[in-house]
Amino acid sequence: MVSNLTDTNIISVSGLTKKFKDFVAVDNISFDVRRGEIFAFLGPNGAGKSTTIKMLTTLLQPTRGKVMINGSDPAKNKDAVRMSFGIVFQDPSLDSDLTALENMQYHAVLFKVPKEIRKRRVEELLRFVELWDRKNDMVKTFSGGMKRRLEVARGLLHQPRIMFLDVPTLGLDPQTRSHIWSYLKGISQKEDMTVFFTTHYMEEAEKVAQRIAIIDHGKIVAMGSANDLEKQTNTNSLEEAFIAITGNTIREEQVNGTDLMRSMIRMWRRH
Amino acid sequence: MSTIYILWLRQIKKYFRAKSRIIGALGQPLLFLLVFGFGFGSIYQQAGQGNYIQFLAPGVIMMSVLFTAVFSGIDLIWDRQFGFLKETMVAPVPRWQIMLGKAVGGATVASFQGVIVFILSLFVGFKFHDPLMLLAAALFIFLVALLFTSVGIAIASMIEDMQGFQLIMNFLVMPIFFLSGALFPLKNLPAALDVITRIDPLTYGVDGLREALIGSGNFGMGVDLIVIIVVAVIFLGAGSYLFERIQA
Repeated sequence: MVSNLTDTNIISVSGLTKKFKDFVAVDNISFDVRRGEIFAFLGPNGAGKSTTIKMLTTLLQPTRGKVMINGSDPAKNKDAVRMSFGIVFQDPSLDSDLTALENMQYHAVLFKVPKEIRKRRVEELLRFVELWDRKNDMVKTFSGGMKRRLEVARGLLHQPRIMFLDVPTLGLDPQTRSHIWSYLKGISQKEDMTVFFTTHYMEEAEKVAQRIAIIDHGKIVAMGSANDLEKQTNTNSLEEAFIAITGNTIREEQVNGTDLMRSMIRMWRRH
Repeated sequence: MSTIYILWLRQIKKYFRAKSRIIGALGQPLLFLLVFGFGFGSIYQQAGQGNYIQFLAPGVIMMSVLFTAVFSGIDLIWDRQFGFLKETMVAPVPRWQIMLGKAVGGATVASFQGVIVFILSLFVGFKFHDPLMLLAAALFIFLVALLFTSVGIAIASMIEDMQGFQLIMNFLVMPIFFLSGALFPLKNLPAALDVITRIDPLTYGVDGLREALIGSGNFGMGVDLIVIIVVAVIFLGAGSYLFERIQA
């Protein structure tokens, strides 16, 4: 694995573009994320958040542009990049016919967690997300929040340098949401892990992220801390800043029929 | 190696947990054995061909292997629809190992199903001729299972959802079964049918199994074995190639 420890940017993206036929999903975006930073992509559905995450995590080939993740290019050096990150996808990605423990073991083997530490690490994480008591239960008996917590634990299993979370708290109650974030912030601080997440919740971006990139129609339209963004726009809250920058509230965009259906289906599946 | 093992293990666990599916999948072969076995038995005997159950059982075992194998491969579509495939796709392991683990897992499950049908057939009156040849029988069962699990994976890599499933059943799996000589002898067939049955890879699986279990066949076990191995390798390759191109 090529990794330059003196390099402060763990994610570095320049001119990244993804086209699907004539539709430009991600339009020439550039940004850097510092090692250990918690960084948010804030934007409405269909803004290009998930497409960007897919390109950063080797799941999608960019049309143009350059990406470096922990010193490797995800389009070329896929396995080195894959070793360096953990991910929680937008949609559920657990095997519900396996137990919590089996889902963890599957991941541990595929991500080459050494046998000697595997057991201890799995137990540590399952206790951490308060699922150790349920370790031998089938995932299909879990609530949406429990599944999410298990996915977070699984993503952390191989001690990734970066954690990607794609709309991780969609459809979860506020309590579960704040639980998940307190785990992640703790680990980020303790292990200097970088967190890159997407969201369309203002409060979440404001409370959790050190820096926020506002993405709209495939373009980054503003970037900075919540404070910076408020100053830039002469407003008093991130919500107002967002409206000033994009000319829209984030909620209005959601009231598009298909998006609404999609998010309802997602919520339904999660529960 | 550990990648292949863990993917194999997942298939096995899921199979043994779905007990109702195992039992459900035995209904069809049992029906074939009883209805065809006893229904056509006397005609078959009058035609001077001997005991029909003896002829039919290897064919029905292979039918069950074929169906289970194709299903085990195709259930990749569920992994995709329920999101689990993405978890596998971001793993830092070669795609061919993932494909191979899944193929060997599906083949193990399908072989097991074949063995159960074999045991069932003993209760219906089937008698195998040589206990030592059971090893050869097991080999044919596993190779055929591996071949058709790979076919299932290849198909699942090309289609997005279960909508094309009926199409595959009716235009691929059923013809492969009916044209394999599982139900009727391949001698004295009309020329066109004769050619088609010789193209069908399952024909060689059924023939090899029949030879191993009752000691009579058309092509000889050596030919059967070579054909099955070659075709299995081709489809393992094709399955890997198509699987590698999936974008999550």
